[in-house]
Amino acid sequence: MTRDIENIQTAWQASEALRSGRISARDLTRACLERIAALEPSLSAFLALTEEIAMEAAARFDANPAAFPDPLAGVPAAVKDNMCLKGVPCTCASRILEGWEPPYNATAVQRILDRGGVICGKTNLDEFAMGSSTENSAFKVTRNPWNTSTVPGGSSGGSAAAVAAGQVFYALGSDTGGSIRQPASFCGIVGVKPTYGRVSRYGLVAYASSLDQIGPLTRDVRDAALVLNIICGHDPLDSTSYPGESPDFTQALVRDVQGMTVGLPREFFAQGVREDVAQAVQEGARVLEKAGAKIREISMPNVGYALPVYYIIAPAEASSNLARYDGVRYGHRSGAASDHVDMFMRSRAEGFGAEVKQRIMIGTYALSAGYYDAYYLKAQQVRTLLRRDFDRAFQECDVLLTPTSPTPAFAVGERADDPFQMKLADVCTIPVNLAGIPALSLPCGLVDGLPVGMQIMARPFDEETMLRAAYTFEQATEFHRLRPAI
Amino acid sequence: MKLTLEEVSNVAVLARLALPEEELRRLAGHLNQIIEHFAALQELDTTDVEPTERVLPMVNVYREDVALPGLDREEVLRGAPRSNGEAFLVPRVVDTADGKDCGQ
Repeated sequence: MTRDIENIQTAWQASEALRSGRISARDLTRACLERIAALEPSLSAFLALTEEIAMEAAARFDANPAAFPDPLAGVPAAVKDNMCLKGVPCTCASRILEGWEPPYNATAVQRILDRGGVICGKTNLDEFAMGSSTENSAFKVTRNPWNTSTVPGGSSGGSAAAVAAGQVFYALGSDTGGSIRQPASFCGIVGVKPTYGRVSRYGLVAYASSLDQIGPLTRDVRDAALVLNIICGHDPLDSTSYPGESPDFTQALVRDVQGMTVGLPREFFAQGVREDVAQAVQEGARVLEKAGAKIREISMPNVGYALPVYYIIAPAEASSNLARYDGVRYGHRSGAASDHVDMFMRSRAEGFGAEVKQRIMIGTYALSAGYYDAYYLKAQQVRTLLRRDFDRAFQECDVLLTPTSPTPAFAVGERADDPFQMKLADVCTIPVNLAGIPALSLPCGLVDGLPVGMQIMARPFDEETMLRAAYTFEQATEFHRLRPAI
Repeated sequence: MKLTLEEVSNVAVLARLALPEEELRRLAGHLNQIIEHFAALQELDTTDVEPTERVLPMVNVYREDVALPGLDREEVLRGAPRSNGEAFLVPRVVDTADGKDCGQ
């Protein structure tokens, strides 16, 4: 059985195997659960396994495959542990939520379940999705399957590692400043941050509400389109979810970039990007040029300010969102409190980890009287300048091509003591969240035996052009077939 | 602009975080490091630039004023650190005449 599974590389191949009757969903799920068990000691990608939920869903599919027309029905998946799955602990990798079981499903999770998806577990993350390495989890450090002495990236590092290592066929992550694309890049898989509003955030534990977006981590571009087809679409439970129709994203899987203009914004190749990483991405541009795209170097003068803007806006929103963890309605309550304010203060101090406290403090400071104009308002204004940069770039170009991260995966512990070094890992992904546009990372090479990711950005709600460029690149190269030897 | 230990301590109170002095000192160091990087933004002239608060041009998203089922009370209370089956229990917020504690 395990050998059969090894021949199935992608979710769509798994789907074909299920539909042809070559394998049952139960056998496929059991094989995934076995692989999870075998690799967990070296990867630590999961915070909870949901074997019962998975096997029940698989059995339902096997009993009547015709009742589940979605291509990903019966295909094993995983969900980042900051999305609610009813009755299963949702920790956000934080002690403050330890033991809490949500009484409802996140909309994205519900959509997977409704279509016959098989959810095998909840994956590890940086606490409350704050971090770039999955070292900030309160429970365990996830390892990169390409080299277990390196980080898988963050904060969706558990999801990325699980998909790259073949523990599941796809996973959901969330992306506030690059938390899907950067770990996808480090783990050599595809990660998509859809346009802000494409996917409902209902049931996603909020970090920075104007930036957060759920998206897929997959082995190839076709799988990403299939997952997007499930999770995108309006949700009345999230008033920021886009009310328009979602297209069938698989229609964009066409190997054709004839006449497409691909912009290379030079500022994204500065900012500490390693020479060999930049080179891999530039070679990626040549692949698209050979396929008929026009390549144009452009300038986006305000991109260099994205990092300080992000590190004001995201913590400001976080300080407000995380105010709800006060020991009253869920999670940890300090036993040592004398009155209610003391209870709030002690519960929060005991429950939150160092990185979360730091960001709450930055956000509270930036929003406090006397500093609001100098920091928060200023950051929102520079955010406008950055958006204008993108508007101008997309007047000339259909997509933009950049590195996803300036370096390949770094060593566990290497950047733990330097708060700013760590944040540089997101320097190429953050501008996308501030502008609300869609972006995708896909593998475009290896450096020091570790994957390098190429980021493709597109106009708001134009995921189709982004997917077409990505698919064309993928079909012309072999990088998506590379697998870690774990 | 450097944050003093006293200012950091004040921010911690605003953020409702009871932090020991040692942690406040460590945070003060990190906060000052990060705030230094914010200074770069002052280079930009943003006079008359509208702030971006949200990226989608959506305002006043209404729904019909009809009652919909909410979450099940029992299930919600199951997640609470302390409840009496009907409500969340918290330490006393106001003084009672008889001095009896209503919560905790």
